[in-house]
Amino acid sequence: MPMTLVEKIIAAKVGHEVCPGQLVMVPVDQVFAHDLSGPLAISQLKALGFSGFKHPEKVRFFLDHASPSSTVASANEQKTIRDFALQSGVELIDVGEGISHQVVMERYAKPGEIIIGGDSHTCTGGAVAALATGVGSTDVAIAMYLCRTWLKVPETMRFVIKGQLPRGVYSKDVMLHIVGKIGAGGATYRSMEFVGSAIDSWGLPDRAVLPNMAVEAGGKCGLCPSDAKTKEYLTAQGRPQDYSPLAGDNNAPCQFEMTVDAATLEPQIALPHTVDRVVGVTDKLARGIKVHQIYLGTCTNGRIEDFRIISNILKGHKIAKGTRLVATPASRRVYLEGLKEGVWTSIIEAGGLVNSPGCGACPGIQTGILGSGENCLSTMNRNFKGRMGNPEAFIYLASPATCAASALTGVITDPREVL
Amino acid sequence: MTNNTGRAWIFASDISTDLIFPGRYVHLLSNMPELVKHTLEDARSDYAGAVQPGDFVVAGDNFGMGSSREQAPVIIKLSGARAVLAKSFARIFFRNAINVGLPAIEVNTDGINEGDQLSIDFGSGRLTDHTNGIERRFEPLPPIMTEILADGGLVEHIKKHGDFHL
Ligand code: SF4
Repeated sequence: MPMTLVEKIIAAKVGHEVCPGQLVMVPVDQVFAHDLSGPLAISQLKALGFSGFKHPEKVRFFLDHASPSSTVASANEQKTIRDFALQSGVELIDVGEGISHQVVMERYAKPGEIIIGGDSHTCTGGAVAALATGVGSTDVAIAMYLCRTWLKVPETMRFVIKGQLPRGVYSKDVMLHIVGKIGAGGATYRSMEFVGSAIDSWGLPDRAVLPNMAVEAGGKCGLCPSDAKTKEYLTAQGRPQDYSPLAGDNNAPCQFEMTVDAATLEPQIALPHTVDRVVGVTDKLARGIKVHQIYLGTCTNGRIEDFRIISNILKGHKIAKGTRLVATPASRRVYLEGLKEGVWTSIIEAGGLVNSPGCGACPGIQTGILGSGENCLSTMNRNFKGRMGNPEAFIYLASPATCAASALTGVITDPREVL
Repeated sequence: MTNNTGRAWIFASDISTDLIFPGRYVHLLSNMPELVKHTLEDARSDYAGAVQPGDFVVAGDNFGMGSSREQAPVIIKLSGARAVLAKSFARIFFRNAINVGLPAIEVNTDGINEGDQLSIDFGSGRLTDHTNGIERRFEPLPPIMTEILADGGLVEHIKKHGDFHL
């Protein structure tokens, strides 16, 4: 029977065919928590009478949200995690290494795996065709403990992305367009499967934006096929042996199908305060809006490919007066590559500042909290009220190119004007 | 009115976990008594100070969208709410709510008004609005979730059975 990608992954794990709606118990290949979800997961493990992991090699803790810590409270939470990781013999990925999702994609995720993470953007792992999904601390604790979890086999929504991206339009614009069309709850409980000639032609860094933002439409996971581009990426990350081909069957029945012709899109903007309030950059609700802060980075668009685009736009220019620019590489690898290539030099010379790798300003804890009434334009995935630490501020979402172009003018600007 | 009733606190659609548990209070992560004072603060600042034990949080679609922070359902439960009633839930919130023992009920909430006296029968899947006489049926939870809820949350469930009990 033809199967969608998520059905194939689950069926291979449970050893029989599955259909949407079925409840299944699945083995977990990797499970992680971070500095916000970790402390509660640890106390739940202790409540269970924890006395050691059966599979410590599958368990990891990341310190990425406050990287490094900025309050005594978060320093103590991080200390709890460090001590626990040391004592239980599991890997700790400490501050400065980067955002869990980026590091998982670079170092650990393999096609066909089931990955459980104590963070909603765990779905990013779908870029390498892993069924990666976010859960809360208690679910994470139990998954760490049993290396098993229960899932409802999700229905599949197939997104066929075809056509070549026009100048100034990127995978971020495609995903904002999709979320705008189906709505913030449009994929709730479902798997979003991304296929088509455009996906085939994109490298993993461009693809990753789509599964990363699957949760912005409520999706359980977002999945791209594992193919030649996946092999290329895993090889570049130094782990070619982790590659295996995997794709959904194109004739598998699914519950929804939508075709997007990338060639017809213009740069997109999500308006405050929901990710599905999406308009074209030339719309009067977006164009010309004053921007006080530009925030570049996050698990959505904090990769070297993103910073190259930004650096090319900023190089030799100055950021507009009254606008500040904060950049945060998604991982140490991105940071180092950027150093070698000089992308940070162009950003700093243009008047921007560069933070240490991690979540940075995104979760509203540190390094770039907004003032009341201020507007921020960001490459991040979420623009909820209060997201960046201040419910009186306004967050607009866009591609790295749109953010960089807007940094030069101080207002939301169509990147096609500067490219 | 029985002691099963509680009043409705009405919320809009797309209530995010950032509205339930604002990130700026992350320093209170392990200080539940303080954190609970900020429950749903950015959605309705009048809720946390006035909600009574047994009241209901009543919302539109996609309640709990956004992050996986489990403190979101924890503080709603600790605030005294008996259950969250919404037309639909974001999946991580839904799973978290059951795991921490907060009933999350998917039911049509149209027509329920602020302050209405509500009661709920989990077993038969029935919601009653005593103020305006509305009765609504809802789908009971999947069996695994009913068990987890009945055991008082996921940790208690695993303690009792040693594993998931499907
Ligand atoms: S960068 Fe932002 S969205 Fe991504 S994991 Fe960190 S806080 Fe979450």
